[in-house]
Amino acid sequence: MKLAEEFKKSFFVALWFMLLTFPIMVVQVNTIENVVIWRWHNIILSGLGSFLLSFCWQLFLRRKGHSTPAAQASASRLQHLMAEPRLYRPALIILALFALIFPFVFSHYQVNIMTTALIYVMLGLGLNIEVGLAGLLDLGYVAFYAVGAYSYALLNYHFGLGFWTALPVGALLAAFSGILVGFPVLRLRGDYLAIVTLAFAEIIRLVLENWNAFSFGPSGISNIPRPGFFGMALTPEQSAIYMYFLLIVLCLLTIFVIRRLQYSRIGRAWVALREDELACQAMGIDKTKAKLTAFALGATWAGMAGVLFAAKTTFINPASFTFLESAMILAIVVLGGMGSIPGVIIAALALILLPEYLRVFSDYRMILFGAALIMMMIFRPQGILADMRKKYEFHKMKDSRIN
Amino acid sequence: MDNVLEVKNLTMNFGGIKALDRVSLEIKKNQIVALIGPNGAGKTTLFNCLTGIYTPNAGDIMVQPPQGKARRINGMKINHITELGLARTFQNIRLFGGMTVLENVMIGRHCRTRAGIAGAIFRPNSTRTEENDIVDQSYSILEYIGLTMYVNDLARNLPYGAQRRLEIARALACDPQILLLDEPAAGMNPQETGELEQLIVRLWRERHLSVLLIEHDMKLVMNLAQNIFVLDYGEEIARGTPQEITQNPAVIKAYLGVETNAEIN
Repeated sequence: MKLAEEFKKSFFVALWFMLLTFPIMVVQVNTIENVVIWRWHNIILSGLGSFLLSFCWQLFLRRKGHSTPAAQASASRLQHLMAEPRLYRPALIILALFALIFPFVFSHYQVNIMTTALIYVMLGLGLNIEVGLAGLLDLGYVAFYAVGAYSYALLNYHFGLGFWTALPVGALLAAFSGILVGFPVLRLRGDYLAIVTLAFAEIIRLVLENWNAFSFGPSGISNIPRPGFFGMALTPEQSAIYMYFLLIVLCLLTIFVIRRLQYSRIGRAWVALREDELACQAMGIDKTKAKLTAFALGATWAGMAGVLFAAKTTFINPASFTFLESAMILAIVVLGGMGSIPGVIIAALALILLPEYLRVFSDYRMILFGAALIMMMIFRPQGILADMRKKYEFHKMKDSRIN
Repeated sequence: MDNVLEVKNLTMNFGGIKALDRVSLEIKKNQIVALIGPNGAGKTTLFNCLTGIYTPNAGDIMVQPPQGKARRINGMKINHITELGLARTFQNIRLFGGMTVLENVMIGRHCRTRAGIAGAIFRPNSTRTEENDIVDQSYSILEYIGLTMYVNDLARNLPYGAQRRLEIARALACDPQILLLDEPAAGMNPQETGELEQLIVRLWRERHLSVLLIEHDMKLVMNLAQNIFVLDYGEEIARGTPQEITQNPAVIKAYLGVETNAEIN
């Protein structure tokens, strides 16, 4: 019954597609000999293709509709497994070992793209504070990234500041700019906030692009020094490995800090703000403070990532800080699962590394990316790993609901 | 002064509409006061003025904190009013659905605790003790209200009656001296309403709270309230004990539209 209905539906979809693609797929005009070539075999292909696609699509949709509770149960079972110390401890050790030997086993190129991916892990985790925890939809996150990168480049160019001084300075400046955006948007939420942050990022980018005397315009700043290693001269290969380990350490630091924040008084206030702004104020939370700290802390990580990016590429220009970057980082957070640290890490690695390894399909990168996003939103809207709230154990509890 | 809350000539306009017109109201320490009136009488507007969501156009709202002088709270920030000891529940439940039951109550402790960003990151002993205290206190509030079986469940998955009680638990965590309950029995069955009544009596008797209650369930109001204020079209039309209110012709008129001898409920 159901199958027949789907069959019928797919049949009409196929018919419709055959009609739609008829002019481009079938008719070919040869202007030299003034004849029309009818490529009838193409219509069969497009009909068959669309029929199959539509059929599979409906099958998936039906399966999703049917087994939602079961699917959810299996998903949470996966997360319960991951919460099991016996399983995740060895997994973490293997992961750590892999990360440790990675730069010595793989090529210079591999190390470089992994370093880039780790920068995005930091960015994703930082934006996760704003979007995932505090629910502030920020479409201009790249602005803070730019602030970090340019503060290192410019401070180095004018005052010869080294990497290690620039790292905290860039983070601070980014945090400051976070507060700067935070103030005017305190009253805004959702789409309005998104538009204002988007505008802020565009302003920063346009200033960098046009204020030649300040930022050297589109030609950018080059010869930014790589981080020094106790004054030793490093070859590019050694420097890449050094950079890689630096990012591993900073990512671990990020994870540590954000984990602590997430389950602190401040972190809870952020989540409450995300869930219900009015109720959260009525419970005695200062909305202004909560929003500004979320903006400032989110921006801090972007600032650090910016400094690292400038140090890694040794050249920056405004083209690296377009809206597409913001969208990419946001996609990392949404795909990974809002508020979930492991989810964001997996998503960052997947979204940055996969395009590198799938260079063969580079023409279709955006199509695949878009398709993947749509699929995720339909079949797993909560992200790869949904955020799980912390469970507290009580010894006095009679029934043991905690597993 | 033994009034913990005093409202004098409170006026609130929305454009040309007077939602509240020179309303006065007092709540004494450890007293249960009910605010009743037909739909649209301005009860929730009064609540929103009291809790800082609206800034009234005229009049005074004075709060007497446990220590120190009485404070005028007109136009104060919502969270500062909560710190002064006014905690509320909402007519349409506004829990933090994506957080666990325990976390909802822990949020209530926010205004009584101090840990900041540095405390969260470096977690010194002081923060650790504070955090443990928050968990313990929140858990004992859940025990008091009787919600411990849900402690780690997401608030949005709770049954309706439990959600209503969780709102009260969350408000209790703010250490209020006055509890403002906006239609706590709405949508409850008679048994749940009975449990709610017992809970409010316990809060009044054991925790010595003052309670301001908006409610349409007249049986509950008459059983609980020591003093009743009646609003209609933004004006106070009557005040007094439950007996006085049931016999007040103005109240009967407001509720039934015509002057009759019918008793309310």
